[in-house]
Amino acid sequence: MKTNSNHTREPLFHLVKRDALPFQKALLIRVIAVVLAVVLCALLSVALIGASPIKFIGTLFDGSFGSSRRLWKFAKDACALLCIALAITPAFRMRFWNIGAEGQTLIGALAAVAVVHYLGGSVDNWLLLVLMFIAAVVSSGIWGFLPAIFKAKWNTNETLFTLMMNYIATGLTSYFLMVWTPSGSSVLGALPFGHLPVIGHEYLVFILVTLILTALLYVYLNYTKQGYEISVVGESENTARYIGIGVGKVVIRTMIISGAICGIAGFLIVSALDHSVTTTTVGGMGFTAIMVSWLAKFNPLYMLGTSALITFLEQGSAQISTNFNIDSSFPNMIVGIVLFFIIGCEFFITYKIKRSDSHKKGEKIK
Amino acid sequence: MFKKLLSVCMVVFMLAALCVPMTSCTKDDGVFRLGVILLHDEASTYDLNFIEAVNKAAAELGLAEDQVIFKRDIPESNECFEAAADLVDQGCDVIFANSFGHEDYVIKAAKEYPDVEFCHATGTKAHTEGLDNYHNAFASIYEGRFLAGIAAGMKLNEMIEDGDIKAEEAKIGYVGAFTYAEVMSGYTSFYLGAKYMCPSVTMEVQFTGSWYNEDWEKNAAIALINNGCVLISQHADSMGAPSVCEDRGVPNVSYNGSTISTCENTFIISSKIDWTPYFKLICEKTQADEAIPADWTGTIATGSVALTDVNTKAAAEGTQAKIDEIKAKLVDGTLHVFDTTTFTVTVVTEGENTMNTKATVDDNGHLTGYMADVNTDAAFAGDTQVVSDGYFHESEFRSAPYFDIEIDGIELLNRKY
Repeated sequence: MKTNSNHTREPLFHLVKRDALPFQKALLIRVIAVVLAVVLCALLSVALIGASPIKFIGTLFDGSFGSSRRLWKFAKDACALLCIALAITPAFRMRFWNIGAEGQTLIGALAAVAVVHYLGGSVDNWLLLVLMFIAAVVSSGIWGFLPAIFKAKWNTNETLFTLMMNYIATGLTSYFLMVWTPSGSSVLGALPFGHLPVIGHEYLVFILVTLILTALLYVYLNYTKQGYEISVVGESENTARYIGIGVGKVVIRTMIISGAICGIAGFLIVSALDHSVTTTTVGGMGFTAIMVSWLAKFNPLYMLGTSALITFLEQGSAQISTNFNIDSSFPNMIVGIVLFFIIGCEFFITYKIKRSDSHKKGEKIK
Repeated sequence: MFKKLLSVCMVVFMLAALCVPMTSCTKDDGVFRLGVILLHDEASTYDLNFIEAVNKAAAELGLAEDQVIFKRDIPESNECFEAAADLVDQGCDVIFANSFGHEDYVIKAAKEYPDVEFCHATGTKAHTEGLDNYHNAFASIYEGRFLAGIAAGMKLNEMIEDGDIKAEEAKIGYVGAFTYAEVMSGYTSFYLGAKYMCPSVTMEVQFTGSWYNEDWEKNAAIALINNGCVLISQHADSMGAPSVCEDRGVPNVSYNGSTISTCENTFIISSKIDWTPYFKLICEKTQADEAIPADWTGTIATGSVALTDVNTKAAAEGTQAKIDEIKAKLVDGTLHVFDTTTFTVTVVTEGENTMNTKATVDDNGHLTGYMADVNTDAAFAGDTQVVSDGYFHESEFRSAPYFDIEIDGIELLNRKY
């Protein structure tokens, strides 16, 4: 019976939640994290592929800024990612974990291609584009609505539900590709109809639409009643109910908006870029978008930065693969390391590590 | 305030990116460069086969390391055009893409850059597109499959002689990607090779619906083995099926390259397309400013269809000698893989489950005619008679395979388009 040990052992360190850090200080921590990550990656590149750190970092930048074409591609890719990240943001703000942006975007793209497949050539191009847009937005909206209504009525788990909806969208895409290509190749190829008009550069429309969407969403989330409702539901459903917000209604409405923006992304991908659809049309952007939104604290304006950062890393790493003639494992590792540091540093922004009092110098455990 | 400033800076940064003038910065320094667009990277046996061929061709032609530029993991979308254009910017004189779905985007690039040569493996449109700088290529891999089938048939005979199986139990399992001419031509020629040696052989085909999915390929192989298949082959790009075979001790005939390093007890032989001769051809033609054939079919004779060494640990005795003997007959034209007397076809033109509607057969079920869809069009209609002189002329009217007949003796367990 050890009744005499009336003190509990404390660990050497413990974590204390910080008060809100001043923005500059938080930014500094983030910058340090990125610098440390790049230094580590440069060291690894010396060790693993024998590239000097300067050449390594130069290649990273070469991927996005090496030529005007790469700059355009960089802007376009960042905007594609941003567009999908915008879509999931309203849902995330109300803590509705929508990981179905991949499927919501794909189903929109599929619907747009379906319109082209069945009506292409028989109606005017502008009408075709309008129909494609409507089809994409409506079908993506439905893809967002379904998990939302189940959540609102029966409180189903939205994470699993939206995830499963991704697989259904992929399955449907495979199915329709099979129907549309009797030769069995499942490759539809670029369709000759339903192309968005090109203004200036071929990516300019895509980029402008996304930037306008960003501004609109920023205003919607921060300066409208509906945006406020989303925030309240996200903070506390009980509070929302108490002040008379219909939580179910907000969930459903917000998810339809989420889905619809994915639909716009799907429409843009089809009409401005690919003119076709495959099961990999969205290519994981629906998941990467979660990171874009999360890192930006669900703020559409910051998402300009985070989507640019992630696209920069992806293009840079692809360039490393090309320039150093290596497979994609090392470049993928680079992206992983940088993101790990960035996400990890959020921990140090939220918490600080304190040495436990009982272990402080000079104090004896009695 | 600082936050707002930062946001504004980000917006300005994005806009600045837009304002960069669209200048073409094509490098034209007179140095010859080859650009290669790959669907995946070295992890895929399909892409690895291309990478190895490029490296071999470059070594034989004496190209320096920076004269060959690879673009890996390029999806079958506008990204393929983007990659091709970037290769043009980097000064490539000839650009090659390796995946079927790349085709339309390569054509787009070929139209945009008429001074650069574009080559595309497995595509079907070059002979109808009418572009001087766009070319398709494939190889008569059905000949290689047939020879691999010879090895399989001999292995089955050995198993029958040893009393491991009865003659009617000689059933091969085949893991295919899609129910598509390239795959169908492959498994049919493989089956005919096996049947050439072992007349009682039958085959079951399980499709995965993906060119690369290790789990699905594993599951398909397991299902086939559980179904009583005593030998497995595959046409999909992962190590799924071969690794299952090694675990279960079932002989495996591979594709795209040897899997002996991980499957030393069960790997028999592998057929593959050796792209080295084609890469040499396009580099030499481009450097000499001569035309590249619009639609090129590599054969056993050009060295484009290759077989790996026979793994004597797993293969039946005398396999190599037999393969050499049959190979000689294929090369001199005394033997045809799709000889119509060696197989029968069931044609069903009425009812719900129509089959082989483009084929005509005689009373014995032997093929007398087939209208293949050689020229790609929206209707996928048959347009070319490809049966004559007693055999099906595969890869002669265009390089990409068009044999998509379901012959008797092969059962399709599912269909994936």
